[in-house]
Parts: sequence; C-alpha cells; structure tokens
Amino acid sequence: MSIKAENIKYVYSEGTPFRTLALDDVNLSIEQGDFIGIIGHTGSGKSTLIQLFNGLEMSTEGKILVDDIVVGQDKKKLRNIRQMVGLVFQYPEYQLFEETVAKDVAFGPMNLKLNQEEIDKRTKEALELVGFNYDRIKDVSPFDLSGGQKRRVAIAGVLAMKPKYLILDEPTAGLDPAGRNEIFEQIKKLHKISNVTVILVSHSMEDIAKLVNKVVVLYKGKVHMQGTPKEIYAQSEELVRIGLGIPQIAELANELRKRGFNIKSDVITVDEAKEEILKEIRRRKNV
Amino acid sequence: MFKNLTIGQHYPVESPVHNLDPRVKIIITFIFIFSLFLIKSFTAYLVVVAFLAVAIITSKVPIKFVLKGLKPIFLIITITFIINLLMTPGKIIYEIGFIKITEEGLKQAGFMAIRLTLLIMGTSLLTLTTSPIILTDGIESLLKPFKRIGVPAHELAMMMTIALRFIPTLMEETEKIMKAQKSRGADFESGNIVNRAKNLVPLLVPLFISAFRRADDLAMAMEARCYRGGDNRTRMRQLKIHRGDYVAAFIFVIYLATIIISRIW
Repeated sequence: MSIKAENIKYVYSEGTPFRTLALDDVNLSIEQGDFIGIIGHTGSGKSTLIQLFNGLEMSTEGKILVDDIVVGQDKKKLRNIRQMVGLVFQYPEYQLFEETVAKDVAFGPMNLKLNQEEIDKRTKEALELVGFNYDRIKDVSPFDLSGGQKRRVAIAGVLAMKPKYLILDEPTAGLDPAGRNEIFEQIKKLHKISNVTVILVSHSMEDIAKLVNKVVVLYKGKVHMQGTPKEIYAQSEELVRIGLGIPQIAELANELRKRGFNIKSDVITVDEAKEEILKEIRRRKNV
Repeated sequence: MFKNLTIGQHYPVESPVHNLDPRVKIIITFIFIFSLFLIKSFTAYLVVVAFLAVAIITSKVPIKFVLKGLKPIFLIITITFIINLLMTPGKIIYEIGFIKITEEGLKQAGFMAIRLTLLIMGTSLLTLTTSPIILTDGIESLLKPFKRIGVPAHELAMMMTIALRFIPTLMEETEKIMKAQKSRGADFESGNIVNRAKNLVPLLVPLFISAFRRADDLAMAMEARCYRGGDNRTRMRQLKIHRGDYVAAFIFVIYLATIIISRIW
C-alpha cells in the first residue's frame, strides 16, 4: 500500500506566455507508515505535488497511484481518494465555516455519507486527537478560538475523514513557538498511535529533521535529493547552494568540525549535538 | 473555472492604444456604445467592424483575448437572440406549432446579437488596454467637474481601485478555499440547483470572513499612512493629452460622422 508518483510532469498555463513547468519528471514512492518530509524553496513545486496526490490537480504527464488506484482515471473514485489522502492546506483555519466546532469537524464525515453515530464518533475522536476536551469544545464557535486552536480544529476536520495518508502543508506557518511545538507533538503522536502515513511539507529544516524518517528535496520541479535526514543534512553545502538552509544545530556542528573539533558529521538534533560536544570535551580533558 | 474572465484583465503590452490618455479612451468607448444604438442597417455595422478592427490591430492585443470577453455573456446573447426571433410580429417565413419565425424577427435578432457582441468587444478593449489603476484615474478625473454638485469623485475612484485590486486576490482565495473543502469531500459540481446553492455555504462563509479581514487590514494600513480622503492629494502620474490622443479622437470623429450620415440616409 503506497502512494506512487510516476514520471510526473505538470505545466501551468500551457499555451500562454505565462507557461511554467512546475514539476518535471518526478518519481516518488511513499510507503504505508512512512513519515516523510518534503522540503523545497517557494516555487519548487511542493504544493503542486501534494495537490496531485489527492486529485485536486491532474498532472500533465505521468500518473499518481494511491493504493494502486490511478488518480483521476475514474471521477467517481475521486471522493474515495480524497478520503484516503487527507490534505491539510496552509493556514487551514481559513476554511472553517460552521457555527460550532463539532459541526465543522463533522463536515468531512458527512460528505462521506456516513451514519450519524459514526459521524459523532469520528468527530469526537478527531477533536481528542488534536488535544481538545470534546465536551468543552464541541459547542464553541470556531471563530471564538485562538489562531492555534482554530488550526487544530481544521486539522481535526481532515482527521475525521480517517485518511490513510495525511499531508500537511506548512502546518505551523504563522504560529508562535509554543503553538508550533504543540502541533508537531500532536502530529508525532498521531503517527505513532494510528500508523497513518504522514507527509509533512515545510521549508523549515529544523522541524523536519526532528520528526521524519525520510526527506525529499524538491528543487525547480525535480526531486533533487532523497534519503534519511542524516544523509540529506550531510550534504549541507548542496542544500545551501539550492537556497535551503540546514538545521542551525547541524550548522554549528559543521563549524566546530571545521575548526578542528572531533564531532561526527551527521548531527541533526540538539540532543545529539550535546552528546557529541560533551564527548569531545571529555576527550580533550583526558589528553 | 475562473480562468476565462477578461473583464478587468489588463493585457500588458506597449501599443499606441495602450498609451492613450484614459479619459480619451473612456469617452470614446462611451460614445461608441451610444453609436451602436444609432445603427439601423447591416452595412453600417461594417463601419463599426472596420473601426474595431483598426483599434484591435493597433492595440496589439491578440483577437483571442478580445473574444474571450464574450464567453461569460454568450448565454445572454443567445437568449436575446431567441426572444427577439420569436417575439417580433411580422411576415411569417417559418412556422412549426406555436413557434413562428418572422422576417422582422430574424432581422431584429441578428441586429441585437451583433450589437451586443460589438458592444462587449469594444468595452473589453478598453479594459484590456488600460490598467485598472489608470482607468480609475481617468474616471476620477472625468468626474471631478461633478464634485460641485456633490459627487464624491475621489472616493468613488478609490473604491473602484480597491475593488478591482481585490478581484484577483479574492478569486485566488476562492480557489484555495474550494480546494480545501473539496479535500474534505465537498462537491461543488453536481446535484440540482438547490443542493448546489447549499453546497456553496462552506465556500462563501470563509470567503466573506476573509474579505472582511482584508478590508480591516487595508483600512488600518491606509490610515497608518495618513490617508484622509481626496482633498489636497497629489498624484504620481499626471494625466496629459498627447498627440496620439488627438489622432485617436480624429479617427473616432470620422467614424462617428460616418455612422450618423448612414443613419440620416
């Protein structure tokens, strides 16, 4: 069970002076249970790519397979695919519209034509998954919530559809550090307990490094690199060249190494760096 | 779905028509519309077509873009055509059941369809060759004499500028919200008309909220830069009449004279 992209090409505004090639020969495979980070500069094609995954956009060439179903071949299956591939857009709080939080979260399941009992159950589950107390939040108007809370409600709205694959486009854009951590913690927890495949789109290296087990780097519409976070961040110079940074802590480790400290090259989290630096200090003391 | 809306869509190239003073273009377009209603014969339409053709060619706007403006009102043209065709009394040339087509009806319907088509093409050309900002500058300048009788020229122009400025933004927003709701299984394309209207709620509510939010932000940003209405405001671009404008006016007067003469004849 997987999402596969085969030789995807996507052209915007074909036949006009504004023609742009957004995706060029993209091949990808996302396996069930993966936690994948897609990173790329603005305009690298990442937003287009994820919209192909749930059939909001159709590729110009090539095909997308979700659990071996070709996306877009059968229009009737589109709703099916959109249920399987849950897509949380950037600033999802702007899509809230109902009078109460519970009604808004129930919008997705209702469109799936489930029975009322199942809808209520899913609404409750989804809201609890994003850290709300269901009874306290269900009758509140979504417009009375804070920015971070709104976003969690919006994410719950997608979770209530019980997707097998969850795509989040910059889920923490515009949130303060506390809100950011909260969202990331919940995504991490969600991935752990429900075994949903998570695809995280971001340009923040820090976030991706901590969470994902595989990174895909998009550059000018092409898959530029892919691998584990450690493999990717080891190529810091290349990342910087294509306009992406590396986590600050990895940068620090690189700098220390350059100045003659014995620190291994694939440090990507603060904890790893701490260990390495302490080790080095001890070594130096012993000499 | 929103890709074929030409009204307010400026086609940015350098051409003699683009460089005309907006006031001249607006007045010409205005009188052009009236001139269409003076016409009583098909031959006179040839003059209009010739004039439009000259205007379009010198404007360097591909004919495709001018015709695109017709798409949204194609239905109106068709309905007008059919109503005129069936409702005009006169000499019957074709009859099937209660449907009677008369010679006068056919002529009248053809007239109306051509008139509407030319009208839209003419006005599209104005918006295609004039950027919305310059266009409102022109309108403001033309309305200025009416200020004395209480027409808030500057405020009207500012409102139009802002409205035009936000059309693309709101369209983008609509598309975004639509996609987000589609991702949650919303269906905007099928069902009967009542259902379809109902299905628009998840789109319209967020859209209105975001429009209000934007309006608030904009008002704040304008106030932060000391905007206090039109009094004593100077402008960066002063409108000036050039030689090209005289040439255009001259050509237009010839066109108008021909139309009037054809009418009197």
